[in-house]
Amino acid sequence: MRIYCPICGERDSGEFTYGGDATVHRPAMDETDAEAWCQYVYNRENRRGPMLEYWHHTQGCRAWLVLERDTVTHKILSQPRLVGPWADEPKGNPPIDSGSDTGSAERERVSEPVGAE
Amino acid sequence: MGGYRLSSGGSQIDRSRRVRFSFDGRDLGGFAGDTLASALLANEQTLFGRSFKYHRPRGVLSAGAEEPSALVTMRSGARVEPNTKATMVELYDGLEASSQNRWPSLRFDVLSVNSLFSNFLSAGFYYKTFMGPTRKAWMVYEHFIRRAAGLGAGGFQADPDRYEGLHAHCDVLVVGSGPTGLMAARAAAVSGARVILAEEMAQFGGMLPNESETLDGVSAGDWAKATVAELSALDNVTLMPRTSVYGYFDDNVLAAVERVADHMPVPPENTPRQRHWTIRAKQVVIASGAIERPIVFDGNDTPGVMLSDAVRSYALRFGVAAGRKIVVCTNNDRAYHTALQLADRGMTIRAVVDARSTPPQALVEALAARGIEHFPGHVVAKAEGGKALEGVHIAPYDPHTKRLKGASRWITTDALAVSGGWSPAIHLASHASGRPNFRDDIQAFVPGEAEQAWRAAGACNGDFGLAACLAAGAEAGAAAAGDAGFGATALPQPSVEGGEAEDFAVLPLWEVPAIKGRGKKFVDLQHDVTAEDVRLAQREGFQSVEHLKRYTTLGMAADQGKTSNINGLAIMAETRGASIPEVGTTRFRPPYNPVSLGAIAGREIGAHFRPVRLTPMHDWHVAQGADMLAAGAWLRPRVYRQPGESVTDAYIRETRAVRDSVGIVDVSTLGKIDVQGPDAAEFLNRVYSNGFAKLPVGKARYGLMLREDGIVYDDGTTWRLSETQYLMTTTTANAAGVLTHLEHLLSIVWPELRVQVSSVTEQWAGMAVSGPNARRTLEAAVDDMDLSNEALPFMGVRPGHLGGIPVLIARLSFSGELAYEVYTEANYGLPVWEKVLEAGKSFGIIAYGTEALGALRIEKGHVAGPELDGRTTAADLGLGGMASRKKHYIGCMMLDREGLTDPSRLKLVGLVSLSGESIRPGSQLVEGATMATSGPSLGHVSSTTYSPALEKQVALGLVEGGLERTGHRLYATYPLKGHHVPVEVVEPVFFDKDGSRMHV
Repeated sequence: MRIYCPICGERDSGEFTYGGDATVHRPAMDETDAEAWCQYVYNRENRRGPMLEYWHHTQGCRAWLVLERDTVTHKILSQPRLVGPWADEPKGNPPIDSGSDTGSAERERVSEPVGAE
Repeated sequence: MGGYRLSSGGSQIDRSRRVRFSFDGRDLGGFAGDTLASALLANEQTLFGRSFKYHRPRGVLSAGAEEPSALVTMRSGARVEPNTKATMVELYDGLEASSQNRWPSLRFDVLSVNSLFSNFLSAGFYYKTFMGPTRKAWMVYEHFIRRAAGLGAGGFQADPDRYEGLHAHCDVLVVGSGPTGLMAARAAAVSGARVILAEEMAQFGGMLPNESETLDGVSAGDWAKATVAELSALDNVTLMPRTSVYGYFDDNVLAAVERVADHMPVPPENTPRQRHWTIRAKQVVIASGAIERPIVFDGNDTPGVMLSDAVRSYALRFGVAAGRKIVVCTNNDRAYHTALQLADRGMTIRAVVDARSTPPQALVEALAARGIEHFPGHVVAKAEGGKALEGVHIAPYDPHTKRLKGASRWITTDALAVSGGWSPAIHLASHASGRPNFRDDIQAFVPGEAEQAWRAAGACNGDFGLAACLAAGAEAGAAAAGDAGFGATALPQPSVEGGEAEDFAVLPLWEVPAIKGRGKKFVDLQHDVTAEDVRLAQREGFQSVEHLKRYTTLGMAADQGKTSNINGLAIMAETRGASIPEVGTTRFRPPYNPVSLGAIAGREIGAHFRPVRLTPMHDWHVAQGADMLAAGAWLRPRVYRQPGESVTDAYIRETRAVRDSVGIVDVSTLGKIDVQGPDAAEFLNRVYSNGFAKLPVGKARYGLMLREDGIVYDDGTTWRLSETQYLMTTTTANAAGVLTHLEHLLSIVWPELRVQVSSVTEQWAGMAVSGPNARRTLEAAVDDMDLSNEALPFMGVRPGHLGGIPVLIARLSFSGELAYEVYTEANYGLPVWEKVLEAGKSFGIIAYGTEALGALRIEKGHVAGPELDGRTTAADLGLGGMASRKKHYIGCMMLDREGLTDPSRLKLVGLVSLSGESIRPGSQLVEGATMATSGPSLGHVSSTTYSPALEKQVALGLVEGGLERTGHRLYATYPLKGHHVPVEVVEPVFFDKDGSRMHV
């Protein structure tokens, strides 16, 4: 599997570390509802099919990315994008050929989280 | 009787080049271009080895990668390689091979008596007999059974050869170089695409040399040679012979092994034995052909029973007749052509036996014209001969009732060519597809729907016949190039003339009834699985294909059932009264062929297995004769032994020297993270469970990091260097993990915090100087620094110079002594280290290693890796006060969950051996005074040492109730080693409880 890093370009997946479900968000620091914290700390959906995921470019620029991947076929369905303070900075050149579907239709889907239902 | 070399013919061999080789110590001769199998057949060697379970004599079945029986051990000594297919071994001068699974010799094998008991040794026998109702019998007999069953044995010496791993990229990968693959490669190459053509055998062309047709006016074999020459002249084509593409992985990544030097006695200089290729292909054409399948009948494993096309291959490609008198047994047309081709080359065909009652008239006439006896509507019901085929019993057969319908007759023969039809080699396709589909006309599975960018073509796709393969290959090659973005160019098809009928329909014929009794009918020749075993599995409820496979081990041998899967499935289907697709098929997984571990490991062995991290002072430690110990990827000095000292002597001496005067230890391996930014203080305050917001500049603080679930993750000191800059230290083990954790928080959880973190572990060298004379030592070493208690109080951090070198000195103590950590730029590590040693000379300074470091910290009750084991909370470790209740931080929300406040949780205690015996780390803590009466475990021992200060064996442990048990006697038990040591529970701080020594 290869992953397109907006900073480094297309790289082998061995450079990246899986970072879990990207639709799970840490509750606000003043959240006192134990249930919300329990959900965040312990509960994860074991999704079959498209899923928004975090990936860390551990052996590269160390940026955190979010991308949509099909957990059955391992196909990456969306253009990975940066998260964090750099998310809005220029993203470098688009991939020349990522070997996976990066059509505009799929790219749209990033904006709609699919993990939490 | 048996095989012999024909006086002429053999498209693949060079009769002018004789090759000497040995088999089981016998010196034999062959020709260049022979395989070991063809050369052995030419030397009348029918017997190749003994079978897996019953030690039955076995010969050679095939001429290719599907071979289940002719497995040999190649070479000897360090280069020994068991279970090599003789059909794949290219002959070279001096080749040394031996047969397997026989004792004392191949011809006389003691354990062949197993065969007499075969009725008892059926599927599941060992487990049923030896494993129930108690496992005792199995434990006694397992050793003998494992010895008796099996194939070849590997060596115990290190492999002296080199293996390499390489990556390749292409537009179109073509797997297989038969008619389909060659045409596909041509078609793709014309378009300009970068093409890789991989062929598992040494010669390109697949089955083409076996065909009797002419292509563009030349023989099929010559056409193959010309086409390969044409392809090799193209810059955009890479030809890869001896390359097995064994797996199809995600994202169109395929893996292959190239046997670079397996056909030589030893690899030439600077050449690896094998190369492992990771191939990234935009498009793949799978042209892996088809595998002929045997028919299951009584005695079908007798040496001399071979596949029809293999017999043809040996004659046409190697000039070797499989026998003096050959019988052909078939359910399809193609085997007739084998008979005709062999007869035309002067070989004796005793008879053609066809299960079909009305074969095509043209074939019948062709046999008659050559005077070959023909038995339509007959099958071979039994083969006889023991170590070499002597003859077969044939009998009339009714395909509707699937029974024999008349008396059998005997035909003397020494080679039986069997064809039960063809199974497309769908292995690679099925790594990257849905379920395969069953086709009734050819009674075989063809690839399912592609889930990646590949197309199967030719025989692999069920399109048999030369013309069909050529056309399918050209089409697939052009389409693949097109999908990879290259314009298609029309490719003229070679004109095919003469030769063989294109009808590949078969009469379903899987298993022939025995003439008498059940017979010995082998489905899986490599794992000795019989038709009876399949029926037994069905009777015992193992009906699904997955259960069948695991219960009988059908198809689980090194050949992965290439010649047995479909027969096993069909017999199960008949037994169940179901169709083959209803029974299902096992989907093949990688690897298609066995892959040597050397090829997978490549160069990542020995020193290259993983990087070794060395501290800046490493060479000094080695020069002092330190015992170096791996700590993760780091090498750290364990002890600096003096002549005659044991490790224990050395660490006790080092520990005493620190407590008495002064010592220095290399702490460069600690994780170090530079934390900078206007929000750094706020960030650290959220990361650590204790307060960090008010840490002043020039001060360090010990911090505890929790996981979100409230368990302790890591600890270390963090130093405030300026308003906006901190130096964080982590444990050696968690350095990488903590950095990732911080980056995750800054990117995903709190992106609004203006903080940057980066690893500076390797930028700093660090050393701790500890002991009552630490201050005096450093005072003598530094240039311009006031190290008095007032100027540099406990936990203070100051920059300065030491011998002109910039340093950071922090007054921290892990040993409980007056101690300082001196940090400097990594390149200055060694000079600073040496200057401190020089300055401490008058105090008798010594360097100490991780053993003494551990002893000192255990005496002080400091927790480390063995206590921060991913199960302990701050409260468990007596650090409950460090888990703040006044602020929000990672892990704070889970502190009060039931599991973490349970009073029965294990808590940190100190333990003192009451008998003077040492306490083993990992011992369980129990109340019983003897091992037999130990009672339930109340906890365990985490860290142990001899305490020179107390002159006692002490330990840290985690125990239920914790310090409530202070003063109680427990036992540290380690039954595996017979240790049962009485211990007293004490406070975890053994030495200098009020900390006065470090505050001077």
